[in-house]
Amino acid sequence: MSETPLVQVENLRISFPREDGTQHEAVAGVTFSAGREKLGIVGESGSGKSLSTRALMGVLPDYAHVSADRLQFRDTDLLTASPAEKRRLRGGRMGMILQDPKFSLNPVQRVGWQIVEAIRIGNPSIGRLAARNKAVDMLEAVHIRNPQQVFDLYPHQVSGGMGQRVMIAMMMAREPDILVADEPTSALDVTVRNQVLSIMEEMVTRRNAGLILISHDLKLISSFCDRVLVMYRGRIVESLTSGDLHKAQHPYTRGLIACLPSIDGPLDPLPVLKREESWAASETHHDPR
Amino acid sequence: MTISLNLRSESRRALRAARLEEFKRFARRFRRNGPGMVGLSIILLLLLCAAFAPLLATHDPYMPSLQDRLSAPGVEFWLGADELGRDIYSRILYGSRLTLIIVLQVVAIAAPIGLIIGAASGTCGGLLDKVFMRVTDVFLAVPKLLLALAFVAALGPGIFNAILAITLTAWPPYARMARAEALALRNADYVNAVRLAGASEPYIIAYHIIPMCLSSVIVRMTLDMAGIILIATGLGFIGLGAQPPLPEWGAMISTGRKFIFDQWWVATMPGIAIFLVCLGFNLLGDAMRDLLDPHLRQRA
Repeated sequence: MSETPLVQVENLRISFPREDGTQHEAVAGVTFSAGREKLGIVGESGSGKSLSTRALMGVLPDYAHVSADRLQFRDTDLLTASPAEKRRLRGGRMGMILQDPKFSLNPVQRVGWQIVEAIRIGNPSIGRLAARNKAVDMLEAVHIRNPQQVFDLYPHQVSGGMGQRVMIAMMMAREPDILVADEPTSALDVTVRNQVLSIMEEMVTRRNAGLILISHDLKLISSFCDRVLVMYRGRIVESLTSGDLHKAQHPYTRGLIACLPSIDGPLDPLPVLKREESWAASETHHDPR
Repeated sequence: MTISLNLRSESRRALRAARLEEFKRFARRFRRNGPGMVGLSIILLLLLCAAFAPLLATHDPYMPSLQDRLSAPGVEFWLGADELGRDIYSRILYGSRLTLIIVLQVVAIAAPIGLIIGAASGTCGGLLDKVFMRVTDVFLAVPKLLLALAFVAALGPGIFNAILAITLTAWPPYARMARAEALALRNADYVNAVRLAGASEPYIIAYHIIPMCLSSVIVRMTLDMAGIILIATGLGFIGLGAQPPLPEWGAMISTGRKFIFDQWWVATMPGIAIFLVCLGFNLLGDAMRDLLDPHLRQRA
């Protein structure tokens, strides 16, 4: 791709202080870039997928220690940008859909009001009614059938899938250039999952935005995204275009693929994933772009 | 458009009905709570007394009549008369106004101050948190009544200085509580979600942190009222609160002290009033806590 990437991350390290004063390195030198494409990040729990993207958005807790050679969104260097500058980027230019609607919607406010709030933060001059109408339109755009009624509901009154769609509506309302979706479908069943993914895909293609999708599900990522990064213990061990998944070199990726059952495969038990200490220590794979 | 408007008004109507139902349920549960009802009746009685004091009073609370001084409770003076022959019953009625003014003003000033300071320091952390919390520590280290005394002594006696002094001593517990709540909330994912939408910290504090702290602050406020009444009457008793001839309950007890062995009613009647009102606020506060806290709901 000739266009300069939207997001560039070089040698990102995130560590947390331990009780005894030493640092626990949760992300150990991650390098990647993302353009106007669909980039998938897979990896097991605790491999640093969410942390890396949260560092990009600047919403890590204060006790996390972040260092990087480069952390850039378009022309803005996020390492040196002031909090106010970063705040201007968040929401309008970079959006993030958080993992679980149960925790990421304020339990004591109506869901519609929360979308209105996101719209009005981005554009304080917009009128109350105009913002409301826009929020209802957003709800409709994420395939909620009776947006007027859902607007007045509280988060505990909507289902998980609806909550997730509300989150998507909230973040897409501002039309960000890059959207990070942190396991947006992990709490959903298969049919709703496909629906939610297709909504996101539709919006991302229509607005020519970039999408970073984080998931545990290798199969889903490989069918949905253009490129896949595989993370293991705070490092990116392999980067593949999703069509080339079968050409994976790294034993961890191959192990992951071997663990996926296929419907016409042999009836033998699936292999157990083997992990080797050396993978974590080995040279970090560099995103070729 | 009409369809959507209809739907909207319909959903609003459903919502109002649900609210009403919720309130009725709350009222039903409250009715089953015996002590809570007692507390509520006492407070309602206090409010009525304060509102209709001129109608209910049998005498002018300020007019001395020396031939009736220290009369025993009877037909003419229901609760007796004090050392200047003023009717104690009427004075207690008018005194309830002073008590209410003090309590409501202190709570209305102290709770928001504590709430804002606590929410800000809990959410922002860092230096702001350290400074605010150390100041709070200093205030909490000194006994409330003593600190209020010191303030009144510095400001000069009087009812509004008393209110100011009590306010200055009443905010730190609210700040502590709000900070604890804010600490739990500031890294909650839904607060992060607003942050991701580009909201600034003051916006988050005002629209997300403070509303979440409100319910515990309200319960704390109701429970605090009894303590505030005691401090206010305590200041009145030692002559630093409301000044004579104002019928402040604490000041009334203080003048009755001289006659306590022979004319017991002069000090006892306002004492009973203080006792009843404090009991009422405490019972009400307890019932509110039981009913508003979902964890305790089964017991209530």
